[in-house]
Amino acid sequence: MTDQTSEIEVFGALQDKEPSKPPRSQWRDVWDQFRKHKGALFGGGFLLFITLGVLFGPYLWDIEPTKLDIRNKNWRPIYTLIWESGAKAGWAHPFGTDQLGRDIFAQMIYGGRVSMAVGWSAMVLALVIGTAVGVASGYFKRMDFWLMRLTDLVLSLPILPLVLLAVTLFRQPLSSRFGPEGGMFVLIVSVIALTSWMQTARIVRGDILALKEREFILAARSIGSTSGKIILRHLLPNVISPIMVSATLGLATAIITESALSFLGVGFPSDFPTWGKLLSDAVNRMQEFPERVLLPGILISLTVLSVNYLGDGLRDALDPRIRGR
Amino acid sequence: MLNFTIRRLLLSIPTLLFISLVIFMLLQLAPGDPMAQVPLTVPPEVKQKMREALGLGAPVHIQYIKWLHQFFVVEPMVFIDFLTNKSFLLSWLPDTHLSMNVDAVTGELVQRQRVISWQTRSPVMDIVMQRMPQTLWVVGLSYVVGILIAIPIGIYSAYRHYSMFDQAGTFITMVGFSIPPFFTGPLLIVIFSVSLGWLPSIYDTTLVVDSWANFKTQFLQMIMPVMVLALQTTAQISRYMRSAMLDNLNQDYVRTARAKGLKESVVVMVHVLRNSMIPVVTVIALGMPAIFGGAIITENVFKVNGIGQLLLTALFANDLPMVMTLTFIFAILIVLFNLIADILYGVLDPRIRYD
Repeated sequence: MTDQTSEIEVFGALQDKEPSKPPRSQWRDVWDQFRKHKGALFGGGFLLFITLGVLFGPYLWDIEPTKLDIRNKNWRPIYTLIWESGAKAGWAHPFGTDQLGRDIFAQMIYGGRVSMAVGWSAMVLALVIGTAVGVASGYFKRMDFWLMRLTDLVLSLPILPLVLLAVTLFRQPLSSRFGPEGGMFVLIVSVIALTSWMQTARIVRGDILALKEREFILAARSIGSTSGKIILRHLLPNVISPIMVSATLGLATAIITESALSFLGVGFPSDFPTWGKLLSDAVNRMQEFPERVLLPGILISLTVLSVNYLGDGLRDALDPRIRGR
Repeated sequence: MLNFTIRRLLLSIPTLLFISLVIFMLLQLAPGDPMAQVPLTVPPEVKQKMREALGLGAPVHIQYIKWLHQFFVVEPMVFIDFLTNKSFLLSWLPDTHLSMNVDAVTGELVQRQRVISWQTRSPVMDIVMQRMPQTLWVVGLSYVVGILIAIPIGIYSAYRHYSMFDQAGTFITMVGFSIPPFFTGPLLIVIFSVSLGWLPSIYDTTLVVDSWANFKTQFLQMIMPVMVLALQTTAQISRYMRSAMLDNLNQDYVRTARAKGLKESVVVMVHVLRNSMIPVVTVIALGMPAIFGGAIITENVFKVNGIGQLLLTALFANDLPMVMTLTFIFAILIVLFNLIADILYGVLDPRIRYD
């Protein structure tokens, strides 16, 4: 039925030609998908901006955050000049000064340093614990039952009351060892990490359980790879995407928890600015100076919002079923 | 199903015991001394006696078992006595005296040892019962309001996927998800109490609602705390609702329902909604204890003297029995609602079999 020309075309299709496009790496695909999510792009950019800002801000804005300047106290932020030309405001202190004349902009930068440092380190610590527990219980059958019971137990602990409890109880011994600020940093980071690793552990365990039955693991084992090698070289790279997604969630919760602790008055010592601390200090004088509540609050919320959007975008970009649609 | 429920109930007993042990051991490390407030003129042997009266002289494991006995045996007895003696509903029953002991010397009825707060020297559970209504009103109402707002938003934004409403709804829930309550609280106070002067910024718990004017004040002062808590609930639940509806809207049975000529409202509101509610109901049950935890901050912002505020003041005053009991009540709530969520899942979804 078919004529000569179409037969040649069929054979032509079967020929092994050179691929027309250069091969694309997986991360290139991920980046292309990620770029489509405008919110995620904006969130990632804002997070980068805040992180760089708090890292390098003190070099650009070199007013000490704790420097008292009692003559220039209670300045309003610069934007009040728009509707009230006689207000005490100016470019010397763009966000104004507080009741002791400390520059609020400098306090925000230093506060952001602390909040971001706590957030990042608590997130990394929680990820390490969660991944370790998840891998151990997914890969080694003997440990599975007990580790998962432990995870369930920790999940049913009342987190916020226990965090409050731990912070008030261990404040004294740790500050005498690491100094008031260092002790509080160690305490808050470890308390947040110890109470937020469970979700990561569960997700990682589920993925490891499915992955370990696949052929490539069997192949790796048959050439004599040790368990440690299999986990490091074959399993962990395959669970990196759920870990990254839960990392963003962890960063958001860590920042919020730290600010909540500072807000409730159990966080860092009083002359040590963090975003939550600035907010809670300003609540008492909210009626006269609402901007002192709004500015740190907006910064916390924007950071957390951008982290959440970043997580959303990452989830879409790292999921091969959604990618390319 | 009954088997599963009983098994889970039995399993929750060791869980709760372990949690109580963890909390107890944490509190044992506390540096504070309940006698710190007693004047220095009080001689040390009297102080020692006072300490023993609070049950502090005994070894740690005895203290722990005593606390367990007081919490799980004596307090329920007191509660039963209260029900049969004074309560409105059950006072027709014969009066019981379960929590009373006959004193060996005088022959009179004496109350058994209950969990005593170091701060007020009165039973912890009495204070908790006084504070409970405030928390339940604010938290419970906010949860209901949050759910009532969240479900229609979730349904509509899933039905009109990628529409303007969906985009706006997703953005707003994301914002609600990200703004912590200790910022929304002061923000609302700045707007509605400071600038506009419409609502009171402090929750007055001494207010007795006996007239319309009082009811209006009560209503006005409840708006802000309820809205702050409801924002969190709404953000979470409408996200779940939307994704559950999206999962179901593309299923084959929806096409069948449309093909046989059912009205669109019936298809969406009956067939799809009922199937989508299964995961959402469990999420609602699971979120219940978390909202009690979140209420600690909101109660602090609006000065509601509920349970969360009680926990905070007890923590700062080093009132360990109170902290222990309250934290454990939170733990009971979590375990209980986890159990309820699991059972609901099994009841609502016939595909799920636990046996």
